[in-house]
Amino acid sequence: MKSLQIFSTRRSNGIFLAGLCILPLAAAAFSLLFGPVKLPPGQALNALTGREADPVAVRIILYSRLPRTCAAMLAGAALAVSGAVIQTVLDNPLASPGVIGVNSGAGFAVAFLCAASPPAQQYTPLAAFCGALAGVLLVTVLSQRTGASRMTVVLAGVAISALFSAGIDAVVTLVPEAVSGITDFRIGGFTGVTMVQLTPAAWLILVSLGIVLSLSRQMDILALGSDTAQSLGLSVRSVRFILLVLAAALAGAAVSFGGLMGFVGLVVPHTMRRLLGESSFPLLLSSALGGAFFVTVCDLLARVLFSPFELPVGIILAFTGVPFFLWLLFKQKGVRI
Amino acid sequence: MIQLNNLSAGYSGNPVIQNVTMKFTPGKVTVLLGPNGSGKSTLLKAALGLLPPMGGEVLYDGVDIRQLKRRQIAQKAAFLTQSRNTPSIQALRMVLHGRFPYLTYPRHYGRQDYAIARSAMNATGSLQHEDTNVLQLSGGQRQSVYLAMALAQDTLTVFMDEPTTYLDISRQFQVMQTAHTLALEGKAVVLVLHDLSLTLREADCIAVFQEGRMLCHDTPDSVYQSGILEQVFGVSVHRMNTPHGIQYYCTRKEV
Repeated sequence: MKSLQIFSTRRSNGIFLAGLCILPLAAAAFSLLFGPVKLPPGQALNALTGREADPVAVRIILYSRLPRTCAAMLAGAALAVSGAVIQTVLDNPLASPGVIGVNSGAGFAVAFLCAASPPAQQYTPLAAFCGALAGVLLVTVLSQRTGASRMTVVLAGVAISALFSAGIDAVVTLVPEAVSGITDFRIGGFTGVTMVQLTPAAWLILVSLGIVLSLSRQMDILALGSDTAQSLGLSVRSVRFILLVLAAALAGAAVSFGGLMGFVGLVVPHTMRRLLGESSFPLLLSSALGGAFFVTVCDLLARVLFSPFELPVGIILAFTGVPFFLWLLFKQKGVRI
Repeated sequence: MIQLNNLSAGYSGNPVIQNVTMKFTPGKVTVLLGPNGSGKSTLLKAALGLLPPMGGEVLYDGVDIRQLKRRQIAQKAAFLTQSRNTPSIQALRMVLHGRFPYLTYPRHYGRQDYAIARSAMNATGSLQHEDTNVLQLSGGQRQSVYLAMALAQDTLTVFMDEPTTYLDISRQFQVMQTAHTLALEGKAVVLVLHDLSLTLREADCIAVFQEGRMLCHDTPDSVYQSGILEQVFGVSVHRMNTPHGIQYYCTRKEV
């Protein structure tokens, strides 16, 4: 986590952030314009703006590509910011939404739903969100009871995750038919996402992002260590708790329609730390933009690379994100970490 | 002014310090001395409200610390901690965080905060590093940045937990000089130190601790005369007149 940034002056910082604003927009435009079905850009634009267009184009754009693009942008931003928050709050570079029980909680709820009532699979997003929140709540309550240090949060998270994983395995063993639904969820992806599914999660993500950004100063203080933070007048326990709940809401909302894509929450914030340093506001903003860009591009690649076949986006995320991240590590070797 | 009345404090039910009564006088450099584990750091934490009192009370200008908000405490006492996290940020931004207790919504540092932060960096001799990333600074330079952060907090009392540890000799002198400058400005400066000769030479008053109890709280001269340091640390402490004033030095205890 301790790294020196590449863009070190405020000016170059600003230029970098401005550039980063353009990237997700460009990615979104590409994501709307390209897909397995070739549409002329004029048609796509007409469909979006509600002018007269080919009904097939309208259907493809409005009911397939638009929700998908929104979903990818929202999930990317939410997971990346969630990861950045959790890493700072727990002062642990390896922390990601998975560490505080998001993934295992959501996974278990989905597994349970798939096994209990196969026709109810349309409620997967709801189950995933409730599961994620329940997982995080369990972890935070447990760690509050045991002292609320950064270490107890991580330990409680590992313990609860192990318990939920065993639960998933138990469900799969007892009800083998549930396995396909669970596998889809575990790999993650935006196939068949609809605006109806997306809307509540989108609101939650946008509101949480706003609150997290407004708490960036408190995050800066928290990063100084708990004694220093408290002697500067910060209520460390309550700020930590609020930030964890917000991170859980962000990740839980993303998981609810995108499935498990935990890797985004690890690689994007670390990339931004290396590029921009650890001042919280630019870090959070750039993580949101970078996450949205990264996931949207990967989703586009997943759709068009082997069209008409589609790859799970989680696989593309790993195959493109890991080499880039390793390159960044090598480029800065020798820097004190 | 901060005052401890019969204070006991510690961790998970075990008191580390017991029945300590003392006050931190403005305008004085007070040094807490004692072997490792004698409760000096615990005393600082309890005085800052980082540990709840198990018995007795901590008074800030006569008000019990339990009635104060964290922010109010932070406007009255600053703390230079011994161990800390060093995030990857510019030195000036770090020092600006010392202004956090005074921020109101939306928590943006204003022009005045920048001015105070810069003058604090000037006072600790770290202004030339204002644009440098804290991680690129040496241990001594970093310490002066942290000290500047505590100064930017602009409090009447400043606590420093082993501020000279890991510093070279000239940096140690610099820290002590800053402490005296602050005391001259009317602040109460409280340090935990391990260097007996430095303490006896530089402190205005010394409090000696052993196993969680305060044995004495007096001027360096009286503390030296009483022989309590020899008893607590198990060494011989000597004093001599030199062309550079009175100097103290320690030797192994003769059996």
